[in-house]
Amino acid sequence: MALKVIHYINQFFANVGGEEMANYAPELRKGAVGPGIGLNAAFAGEAEVVATVICGDSYFNEHTDTAVSKIINLIKDIKADIFIAGPAFNAGRYGTACGGIASEVERELNIPVVSAMYIENPGADIYKKEMYIISTKGSATGMRAALPKLAKLALKIARGEEILDPDTEGYIPRGIRKNYFADKIGAERAVEMIIKKLKKEEFKTEYPMSKFDRVEPGKAIKNMSKTRIAIVTSGGIVPIGNPDRVEASSASKYGIYNIANVLSLAENAYETAHGGYDPVYANHNPNRVVPLDVLKDLEKEGVIGSLHPYFYSTTGNGTAVKSSHEFAEEIAATLIADGVQAVILTST
Amino acid sequence: MRLELGNILIKDVQFGSANKVENGCLYVDVASIKAVVLEDERIKEVTVDLARPGESIRITPVKDVVEPRVKVEGSGTIFPGVIGKVDTVGTGRTHVLKGAAVVTCGKILGFQEGIVDMTGPGAEYTPFSKLNNVCLIIEPIEDLTPYDYEEAVRFAGLKVGTLLGELGKNITPDELEVFETKPLIEQINQYPNLPKVGYVYMLQTQGLLHDTYVYGVDGKQIVPTIMYPTEMMDGAIISGNCVSACDKNTTYHHLNNPIIRSLYAQHGKEINFVGAIITNENVFLADKERSSNFTSKLATYLGLDGVVISQEGFGNPDTDLIMNCKKIEQSGIKTVIVTDEYAGRDGMSQSLADSDPAADAVVTGGNANEVIELPPMDKLIGSYAYVDKIAGGFDGSLANDGSIKVEIQAITGATNELGFNKLTAKTY
Repeated sequence: MALKVIHYINQFFANVGGEEMANYAPELRKGAVGPGIGLNAAFAGEAEVVATVICGDSYFNEHTDTAVSKIINLIKDIKADIFIAGPAFNAGRYGTACGGIASEVERELNIPVVSAMYIENPGADIYKKEMYIISTKGSATGMRAALPKLAKLALKIARGEEILDPDTEGYIPRGIRKNYFADKIGAERAVEMIIKKLKKEEFKTEYPMSKFDRVEPGKAIKNMSKTRIAIVTSGGIVPIGNPDRVEASSASKYGIYNIANVLSLAENAYETAHGGYDPVYANHNPNRVVPLDVLKDLEKEGVIGSLHPYFYSTTGNGTAVKSSHEFAEEIAATLIADGVQAVILTST
Repeated sequence: MRLELGNILIKDVQFGSANKVENGCLYVDVASIKAVVLEDERIKEVTVDLARPGESIRITPVKDVVEPRVKVEGSGTIFPGVIGKVDTVGTGRTHVLKGAAVVTCGKILGFQEGIVDMTGPGAEYTPFSKLNNVCLIIEPIEDLTPYDYEEAVRFAGLKVGTLLGELGKNITPDELEVFETKPLIEQINQYPNLPKVGYVYMLQTQGLLHDTYVYGVDGKQIVPTIMYPTEMMDGAIISGNCVSACDKNTTYHHLNNPIIRSLYAQHGKEINFVGAIITNENVFLADKERSSNFTSKLATYLGLDGVVISQEGFGNPDTDLIMNCKKIEQSGIKTVIVTDEYAGRDGMSQSLADSDPAADAVVTGGNANEVIELPPMDKLIGSYAYVDKIAGGFDGSLANDGSIKVEIQAITGATNELGFNKLTAKTY
């Protein structure tokens, strides 16, 4: 019997309309629509798109919770074998919608999912670790090439077959490192690689370096006595009891704490929420991580202009760079609005 | 320097009434080995046991592995500055009991010694499962510090390795290999049309039992220097390490450095292998800066076109690796780095603690965090007391039936960064 497929597409690929229809609310249609017809052809009878979910990109991204619950309700009784979203190519909101809905469908309904998009689609970056996303061209001209790969991978996933490496299957690398035994020992591979590199021949690194977001430190401040300073820490210092429930690891939030009338972070009033280092010394004297005592002295002595009356705190322990980036953008905007000219960042 | 390595192929190891090599079998006399080990008054007791390839034996906690070698011709003795006088080695002829090893075991730190399985899935990850091993389980006297214990175990392994190596002195080797590196200008002129390639050999020297010795000197105290690659084959560099078992270089690795061998294999064909630069991995920033300045300076001084850089250990030394790579690339010299990864048990974390776009040619020995299940073995050499605590182990690693669930980090040599193994990793 053919496997049952639910297919998710946006208003554009459903021929509902363009940007003017981007607020189109979720709708379920029987059978294949638009690219789903191509998928059916590629399935060659082994699977069939039994229903298509159509949703406007703006609708999904602006009312995500509503969109998700509506869609889940629409499809929960279908008992599909796999949920396919896209291809979204390089359409950013379509990509995040495909990833977003697929992720929820897998979590809520326990149906395996797969998507397809261009590698630079923001949706790819967000969701590639969670799901297989077939790598496509940047525009819909890549439809013909994408659908057979998407269909093939969907069948394998639905059947629980072993998924091979990204080059073989055509999906965007998910960043999962897996060991295997090569044909040659590492030393021979290294010598072959240096020979190729010297000859300016093509070679393939075995580990593409992560790109670290290097930030240039700000220029030195000439006159500290006129400067308003704030403290931001990834060392997890929070009031006792961790009222904001900042996570010990992989933080999803940060806390903002008023220190206008606090002269020093006392042992019984503050603690660290950080799960990645020995907390004994930080808990014994939280000023070790957030040097409030010294800064208050410097403020009193006139060495610094003033200390911002709030400090910002999160845990840098296994916290995703993406989350840190978001925290930083929000915190920086607030601090600038509050007239802060310099920030002391402490880590652990 | 020109060195002939005469390999005497050892296919079996047996207890005997005298130490000898006969028809490819190494016979060991326990009494004579014990006598040598117990010369050190810091050692209370030593147990000698044998482990052969394919036997259902687990050896743990493994500290070092030593290959028996002997100088037959040329200056110096094996392990110069440690066992013998500090004469320069690397010329003449050396005989090797190829296929045999001395494995030292001791619970020095409890969590930084490794596991060697002689059969089963774990055996595939360690090169020492393919050797005929003479295992020394070394018990210290009471209240011995870990530092003294480490040194005592280190010397015991080297002394027994030397004792057994001597057995090959008058035996005609089964095979002969020749390695030669000429004085610099001669070497450059020998293959003027081939790219000049060197080897930057990083030694684990973080201190506190993360140490490596060069002609007997603690590697922390050296500034990077130039060596003939054949010097390593005579034991100029030895291990004094108690770091994660998977990517520390045992003395066996130093003697059989596969990068040196692979560079020699292409010497005169694709490349002109000019020589080796040894450097350290100290913990202070000034040391890291100085040493990486030296490696790039020496690579430039030698007129190299390319280098292979190997790391030892992980985490903190990742910064040394990247500094070496970056500065050498900035000098206009091409690099390939050899490392391993700590990408988490799920393989989804960043693999290294440092990164730079200059490191565009990386060879990896695999993800050390990957978990493996080692089935029970019929026989244990050593002790299970530390399996839960071993680096790569976790609470509950050891099951009642003797099976072990650990990260491959705990297996001796599993993700070696001299490229000793076929293991590697790729992104899914």
